[in-house]
Formats: sequence, structure tokens, C-alpha cells
Amino acid sequence: MNKKRNKLVVDRHMFRLIVMIVAWMIFIAFTRFRKFYNLVNFQTMAAQFPEFGLMSLGVMLTMITGGIDLSVVGNANLTSILMAYLLINMTDVAGAIPPYAIPLVFFLAILIGATLGIFNGLLVSKAHIPPILATLGSGELYTGICMALTKGNAVSKFSRTYATTINNRLFGLIPVQLIIFTIMALLVWFLLSRTVFGTKIYMLGTSATAAKFSGLKTDTLLIKTYLLSGIVAALGGMIMLANYNSARADYGTVYTLQCVLIVVLGGVNPVGGKGKISGVILAIVLLRMLETGLNRFPKISSYYISLIWGGVLILVMVLNFFTENKRVRRKG
Amino acid sequence: MKNRLKKLTSRNEPYIFLVLLAVCILIEIRSGQFFSPNNLVDIASAMIVPGLMAIGAFMVIVSGGIDVSFPALASLSFYATTKLLLDHNYQGGVVLPFLIAIGFGALLGAFNGLFISYFKLPTLIVTLGSSSVFKGLMQGALNSRQLAVIPTGMREWGKKALFVAKNPVSGLTSRMPVAFLVFLFALVFAFFLLRFTMFGRGIYAIGGSEVSAERAGFRVVLTKFLLYIMVGMIASVAGLIRVCMMQQAHPTNMLGMEMNIIAGVVLGGTAITGGRGTLLGCMLGTLLIVIVENSLILIGIPTSWKSVFTGALIIIGTGVSAYQVMHQGKTRSSKGKKQEVAQ
Repeated sequence: MNKKRNKLVVDRHMFRLIVMIVAWMIFIAFTRFRKFYNLVNFQTMAAQFPEFGLMSLGVMLTMITGGIDLSVVGNANLTSILMAYLLINMTDVAGAIPPYAIPLVFFLAILIGATLGIFNGLLVSKAHIPPILATLGSGELYTGICMALTKGNAVSKFSRTYATTINNRLFGLIPVQLIIFTIMALLVWFLLSRTVFGTKIYMLGTSATAAKFSGLKTDTLLIKTYLLSGIVAALGGMIMLANYNSARADYGTVYTLQCVLIVVLGGVNPVGGKGKISGVILAIVLLRMLETGLNRFPKISSYYISLIWGGVLILVMVLNFFTENKRVRRKG
Repeated sequence: MKNRLKKLTSRNEPYIFLVLLAVCILIEIRSGQFFSPNNLVDIASAMIVPGLMAIGAFMVIVSGGIDVSFPALASLSFYATTKLLLDHNYQGGVVLPFLIAIGFGALLGAFNGLFISYFKLPTLIVTLGSSSVFKGLMQGALNSRQLAVIPTGMREWGKKALFVAKNPVSGLTSRMPVAFLVFLFALVFAFFLLRFTMFGRGIYAIGGSEVSAERAGFRVVLTKFLLYIMVGMIASVAGLIRVCMMQQAHPTNMLGMEMNIIAGVVLGGTAITGGRGTLLGCMLGTLLIVIVENSLILIGIPTSWKSVFTGALIIIGTGVSAYQVMHQGKTRSSKGKKQEVAQ
């Protein structure tokens, strides 16, 4: 009975997101049809959202365990800066990089991201620091290292080949960024819904005490979760490196809060134990469409997007309150 | 005596105080400039705005919540106030600007408070959302940009000094702004509020356990609502003071300071889960962050290393307090309940 109700609630959440997306698409169709509905625009959007989309996946994973990862942006920037330095070293006089360079930087980026993630995991699991503080601190630390390395300057002047490869389109149609995002999203989906690991982290998020007493190795689970979050964040950083063709300590600072917004809007419970990747992906798409659509109205300041975004978040939470918390309300 | 010592070591303030002292002495040894009168005055005046913000953040964290919207709230309310006064060509003193800012602050705080107290939504999410809304209102609806000119009353007040400290060696002087009195007043006010009023005790009780507080007869919804109104007011005052001190209104340069403020509060031993923490610790923690941010340059560390130190401080500070909580739990359970009752 309870399970059935839970399922209904999640579906309602998805339904709401879909309604919002469709409503926005219809509105755009009536007002700015030609400027929005063309292939190039959709390709641009698909190339833009993976950078924060990947980071959101990390925040989602940690939030399912009842934690949060505020260090995703710091992690992404640190990775991209280190890899930018590596790329500079590999670039020869003619401005070319050896063919193995791009797989190599991605491999190393994953390693760095994993290391930074493990560090977070250790802080949360072994040192028992509340996740919000641990990742706040480590995020600040990673950003600090970036600042110390670069003195606040942008790191660029590496071969353009990297950016052009990542900005390429498969069959001239699908942006590479989207492919990277899709692979990671599928991986996360598979882990969450088809493996024991996924079931365990939902359990951990539902009740840490119960999980511990039923014999789960909670510490290892947490470390693995933050490791995963670190990896997706690092990949997000690699995409930022390609999109800006440079790396800097303060790129994407707005993404921290934006990722949390996306994840919550996507129906992940901040207390943990609930949430689906499909909701998060819908929320990512909704955000991108809102922002791109709004940019088609030159008279409207693009700053309104933050107003709309915050408003939508609070509205969704209030709607949740009226639909889900009836029991609590009667009590209060 | 032994008991008292034990009590002292089980708290966070002595540690943070020692760390603070160590940092100060280190800076003094390396530079010889730390304890010079003008540097101390500089630090005190740098402390005003973060200190005020920290009082608000502290109260929220003690109540079991977390507020990340106060810089956006303060920015919106000081910008609206300054713009309003400029548009009306206001020439008077500084009292009216503060009253208007406090009014805006209360209104915006009530916005947070409504969702948090009545709808019982998670504070982190609400304040994330509201900070986004406030930013949007300021940059979108008010079309904010840097205001190089601020009303004369505010400008004069920002320049007014309580006293001027002079460095005998270098001859540099620093002014102690009148705004420091506002900070002291807010501190004393918050101290009495938290310690001697039902409202203040209610904040601690709610942070400890909301259900228990409700059962004990605290009016949880009302207390929380008022709390967020008050935090909004304090943040707005801090914002306006910053405008006066900087002699210009820069709409976005306060944004992003929330994390450092929260870090300072938590460093001072305030439990992020709520219910525990002292104003003294909160101020010491904030002071530590302010000193690290302002004085690293005195010992030859480039400012670009600032975040490394802040991050390390947060991790170490929270790690120590987490370790203490764990340790306490262990000794308590091993010695049985008697000790607990005796305390």
C-alpha cells in the first residue's frame, strides 16, 4: 500500500515537470517559434547542459544517501585546470596534440575526480563531518588550490584540437557533450535501479541507523557514492574546459546552487532515500529550455531567470506540501 | 576544579581561542605588524559586517536550520533602500535609511519565514530558492547596477569615526567606524535575547528537537517565523552598513559570502544539527575567518591562497568538533547515566 503511494507521488512529480516543460514549449511555439524550434538551437542546448547536468548527477547521488555535495564545482574546476596544464605541456609548436592526448586527459580527469571524491567520502564517513560542511569545506579547499595555482587567471593557450573534438557532432548531428552525459546518466541509472549498490544507497538514505544495523558497510557505501559524484563532477569540468576553451578557478560558481535546485526540483528528497534520475534529467532539460527560451526575448533581462527559477522551486515545494503532507498539516 | 576543567575542554571555544591566538602570534612574529593599533582597528572594522551576518546565521543554525539567502536578502534590501532614497533626492540623516532597510529586511525575512515555519519546508531548499528570487528581483526587476553616489547622510555617517588609530612605525592610520557601535549593540541584544528570553530559549529548544519543543509548550511556528524576520532585519542592517562604509552600493559584491559566514559560525562550535552553540564561539570563529582573510598578506602569503586556508579551517574545525561529539558519546555511555544526571 505504502509502496504504491510512493510510486504515485514520484509519478506526480514527473508529471508536473512534464507539464511545465510542455507548457513552456507551447508558449515559446506561439511567441518565438522560428528562433527556438530549429536544429541548431537544440544542438546548442544539448551541448550546454551537460556541464552542469553531470554535476547535478553527482549532487543527486549524494542527496539520495541523505548527504549533499557542494564541492562539485570546485572539483570540476580543479580537474579542468590540472588537465589544461597537462594539455599545454602536450601541445607542440604547431599547436597540435598527439592522438592519445584526449583519452589520456579524460582518464586522468576521472582519476583526479575519483580521488577528490574519495576525500569527501572519507570526511563524511570516517571523520563524521556532516556532509554539507565537509563538502563546503572541501569545495572551498579545491577552489583555493585552483586560485593558488592560477592566481585567478584563466588557463588557456592549449591546442584547439581538444575543444574542437569535444564540440564536435557525431554524424554531424549529436553533440559529443550530450553523448558523454548520456553515457554517465545511463551508468548512474543502471547503478541506482539495477544493482545492489543502488538499493543499498536508497536504504542508507532512508535510515542510516537501520542500514547500519542490517549489516551494510555504510562507510564504504558513502565513500563509493562520493567517489562517483567526484567522477561525474570531473567530467563536467572537462566539458567546461572544452566549452570555454580555457579553465579558471571561478568558472561555474553559480552551478553549485543551481545543481541543488535541479536535484530538488527533480524530486529528490533532501532528507535522502528518495529520487529518480528521470526526474533530475527532466529538471535539467526544463532549466535549459527556460533559460534559452528567455534569451529569445531580448527585452527581458536574462536576470529574471534566477527569479523564475527560485520561484519555481519554492512553488514546487509548496505544491508538494499540499499534496503529500496532508497528514502533517492536520496535525500541525 | 577538575570538573570545571573537564567542562572547559569539552567545549569548542577554548580550542578556537587557542587557534586564534596561535594565528595572531604567528602573524605578529612574521610581520611585527599584527598588534599595531591600526591593524587591530582594521580587523575590528572588517569584522562589523561579517559579525552582524554571523549573528543572524548563528541563530538560524541553532534553531536547526541553515540560511544561505542572507547575502542576497541584504543586497536586495540595501539596493532598494539606496535607490529609493536617491530617487527622492533624500538629504537627511542616517536613521531613515536604516528604518527603511530594516523594513525591507523584515518583509523579505517574512517571505523566508512563511515557507519555513508555516509550510515546514527544508530551510536549505527554501533559502536557496529565495536567494535566487531575491537576486532575480534585484538584477531583473530593479535592473541593478553599481551606484557610485549614495545619499549624503549615509556617506557622512560611513565616514564618521569613533577614533583614529595610528601606527607609530609606519604612520598609517585607520578609522574605527561608528558602525562598530551598531555591531556591539546587536551582539549584546542577541546575547540577552538568546539567554534570558523565552523566545531565545525557544530557538535552542527547537534546534534540539522540534517535537519536544512543541510538547514543552513553545510556539514553534511563531518562533521560527519571528526568527527569520529578525535575521532578515539584521542582514539588511549589515548590508546598509557595508554600503555606508564602502561609500557606494555595489549590488553583487556581497553575494557568495554566505559560505564563509556559515563556516565561521560552525568553526565556533555551533552544531550544524542545531540546539547547541554559543554566541562567543560564533564570534571567535568569525573573527578567525576575518583574520585569515585579511591578514594572510601580512605574513607574505599571497591572497590567492585565501580559500585554501578557509577550506582547510572548515574541514579541520568541523572535524575536531565531530570527533569531540563522538568521543563524548563514548565516554558518556561507558560511564553510565549517573554522570549525565550529575551534569
